[in-house]
Amino acid sequence: MNLSKTRSTRKILAAIAIAFLAVAVGCKKKAIDPLPPSGAVAGWDKSSETRVFAAKDLWQYIDGDAEQYLAAGVVSTSTSDYKYQGQLEAVVDVYTMKDAAGARKILESAGSSGAQSVQVGDAGLAYGQSVTFRKGPYLVRIVAYESTPGTEQALLALAHGVETRL
Amino acid sequence: MKSRREFLQQAATGAVLLGTSAAAQKLAFAAPAGKSRVVVARDPSLHGDAAQPDEQKVLALLDKAMAAYTGRDKPVEAWKRIIPSGILAGKTIGLKVNGLGGRGISTHPALIQAVAERLQQAGVKPGNILVWERDARGLAACGMTVNTDAGRVRCYGSDVAGYEDQPVPCGPVQIRLAKILTRECAMVVNLPILKDHGMAGITFSMKNMYGVLDKPALLHPNNCNPGVADINAIPAVRDKVRFTIGDAISSVYDGGPGFHPERLWYPNALLVGEDRVAVDHTAWQMIDRRRAEAGMPTLEAAGRKPVYIATAADDAHRLGTCDPERIRLIEV
Repeated sequence: MNLSKTRSTRKILAAIAIAFLAVAVGCKKKAIDPLPPSGAVAGWDKSSETRVFAAKDLWQYIDGDAEQYLAAGVVSTSTSDYKYQGQLEAVVDVYTMKDAAGARKILESAGSSGAQSVQVGDAGLAYGQSVTFRKGPYLVRIVAYESTPGTEQALLALAHGVETRL
Repeated sequence: MKSRREFLQQAATGAVLLGTSAAAQKLAFAAPAGKSRVVVARDPSLHGDAAQPDEQKVLALLDKAMAAYTGRDKPVEAWKRIIPSGILAGKTIGLKVNGLGGRGISTHPALIQAVAERLQQAGVKPGNILVWERDARGLAACGMTVNTDAGRVRCYGSDVAGYEDQPVPCGPVQIRLAKILTRECAMVVNLPILKDHGMAGITFSMKNMYGVLDKPALLHPNNCNPGVADINAIPAVRDKVRFTIGDAISSVYDGGPGFHPERLWYPNALLVGEDRVAVDHTAWQMIDRRRAEAGMPTLEAAGRKPVYIATAADDAHRLGTCDPERIRLIEV
């Protein structure tokens, strides 16, 4: 009788443990690599390793620019270089903010003078050589190092490629 | 045999590599007691249609700037007026570049090469020229690759050479200085690039010295004031970083210090001078003029007046002058 009771207790405990683990795994935020690999977006190659900066180390990447991101609640930043059709070089920065309000704050502070609104993510702005957009807590900035007739369209395509991974 | 503490103290005062006699030797071409001179040399054709400026034109612009500053038309003679003979003869001269903004807005490789070329013609051995930045990434942004071979112009960052273990006071904080500054360079020629700066207002000659310490973020509070002045007042910086050849070939007049192509601008200019405060004051006026042309508020109106410039000139720092009456601006 006692043996049967013990077995039942063990089964119940095991079931609770499994349920707990399942919930824990399910709740754990899946780490997102927001930077598309080579070929994921037509014509674009990822030309460097992804570098990730925690908020406290962001100054190592963007010096004094870090302060505005810290004030807006940046959690981490991922960045990588890209090359389009072997020629046009660009850099993609993905800032993961604490919440969507932080991403909105940065995008709005960028100023829209001379910018064109673009349909990427929740809101986006494009200049000739750069695209900046936000999606939820993510703020994405893509900058090309030169301007060619196809630069803007190529950057937009890459922006959509990043957007689908967020 | 010097103790480690003695060595560090001397390194911080800049006396180790210079030696007693050399340390006492004044600049061959000291700033006049009256006005501080700043040369702004321009060549509107510098860029043309190319992404990078024409190398020969950059070299010619450098020569023009140096001739205007020193009064010597021959480049070699001009450089000999700037670099003390004791250093020319065999000490290491650092070229502190700035690559933090990434490839789009970093010290141009053509300028670095031009300075290195003229130094060699003035008698400096290639291996005694050290192009230097925080790390390899910053150097790559300036078009440089790491080279530690002393047979050629050397090029590496503090990620290779490291920082002193012993911290030194810098205003209210403790910092560790780059060994490249404290141990390797007898003199540093400062090659910053002109940029708007979201906190400091502008970054140019004095702000470039944030690259000589391990944790520049410590000096960012309060719009980098008095951080910029404090780091420049540290003896090793004050004494060794003697001359600025400021890169204003291209610049960002807003949104800096990162690369914002929509705010990119081509002054096609070099700013040259020994008085780092006067150089920065002149650069600030250039940025403000460009902002006005673009219909933007001045840095002061935008809440980003570079107040550290006046701090650097105050009695506590005495790094130079920001009084326009005491600056002789030479535009060529």
